[in-house]
Amino acid sequence: MNINATLIGQAVAFFIFVLFCMKFVWPPVITALQERQKKIADGLDAASRAARDLELAHEKVGQQLREAKTQAAEIIEQAKKRGNQIVDEAREQARLEADRVKAQAQAEIEQELNSVKDALRAQVGSLAVSGAEKILSASIDQNAHAELVSKLAAEI
Amino acid sequence: MAEQTASGYIQHHLQNLTFGKLPTGDWGFAHTAEQAKEMGFWAFHVDTLGWSVVLGLVFVLVFRMAAKRATSGQPGGLQNFVEVLIEFVDGSVKDTFHGRNPLIAPLALTIFVWIFLMNLMDLIPVDFLPLLAATITGDPHLSFRVVPTTDPNATLGMALSVFALIIFYSIKVKGIGGFIGELTLHPFGSKNVLVQALLIPVNFLLEFVTLIAKPISLALRLFGNMYAGELIFILIAVMFGSGLLWLSGLGVVLNWAWAVFHILIITLQAFIFMMLTIVYLSMAHEDNH
Repeated sequence: MNINATLIGQAVAFFIFVLFCMKFVWPPVITALQERQKKIADGLDAASRAARDLELAHEKVGQQLREAKTQAAEIIEQAKKRGNQIVDEAREQARLEADRVKAQAQAEIEQELNSVKDALRAQVGSLAVSGAEKILSASIDQNAHAELVSKLAAEI
Repeated sequence: MAEQTASGYIQHHLQNLTFGKLPTGDWGFAHTAEQAKEMGFWAFHVDTLGWSVVLGLVFVLVFRMAAKRATSGQPGGLQNFVEVLIEFVDGSVKDTFHGRNPLIAPLALTIFVWIFLMNLMDLIPVDFLPLLAATITGDPHLSFRVVPTTDPNATLGMALSVFALIIFYSIKVKGIGGFIGELTLHPFGSKNVLVQALLIPVNFLLEFVTLIAKPISLALRLFGNMYAGELIFILIAVMFGSGLLWLSGLGVVLNWAWAVFHILIITLQAFIFMMLTIVYLSMAHEDNH
């Protein structure tokens, strides 16, 4: 219980321990703590930034999807239109072709008919003349009645 | 110990192992309380110094080990423990001390952990280490106290160190004039020079007592608490020596109860010493007079 030099020894030990703590213990630990604090803060920051990015990406995807849909609908619409157009065109062409073919056929038929008619007319004329000739035989003058026969032939 | 009287047992437990100048003129260990007293100021309590240095080394080495491996990544068990303590101390310092001084926080940490460890020695049963020391040295009457904070020299040594820091920072921050002014021109001030001159002694008396009271109260609070706590442990230990079964049984219960309560006390006293140190140094840094 005596007060003696122990207190000096204690004070010296105290200062040495405090200095050691101040130089070698406190700085590394507190640096590590601060670094970790910063790391965690950065991590949280990055996480919130990533979340925001994700949201933006979602939004963008939705927008692009909508655009793509509209585009697709447009393309389909165009294709339909084009298809209809092609069908219409083809139909028109076919109709024209048919008309043309029909007209040609008619013209040919007409021509044929005319030539047949001409041939027939000539033959009928000659047949009638030869028939009448046979019937009337020599009594009838061929030259005198030629005018009458050709008149007859023209009436056919 | 059975042949000893209760008072002899108690006195034996309150005697430090003192190293100093013997009456013969040689340096050596005191064998009786009277011898130790006669050694005067230039004597050392080897047990107090030894245990406090050992515990201080435990503190710095364990914390240094943790500090060396300190990483800002995932902390291990020891680092976690050290970080909890350091954050706790750092928080206490930041709450109270608003200046910038790199000494305060490590100082507070050292005080807290060191005093806690020294107080913790109180929880070791009172006879264990003294008996061990007596067996090792072969001297059955060897005085050996294992709780440094029950020695007023230890607490006073630390309190005076804190006091020296208070004076140092008071002068460093406020200048020698500011420090003297703080001691003499406060709390009573006057615009009249003559009245002020008359008030200076009054002020000085008040402020000086306030200043001196800081280390004294710091030292005696810790010492008183730990000394009383140890004394109660010793008194309970006397019960074991009574030879009466029921008294020994009661002693076991009381010892356990007191030890549990003492855990609170030793932590609280370490915390109070730390907190008051921070507050006193914070006051030393404040220049508001």
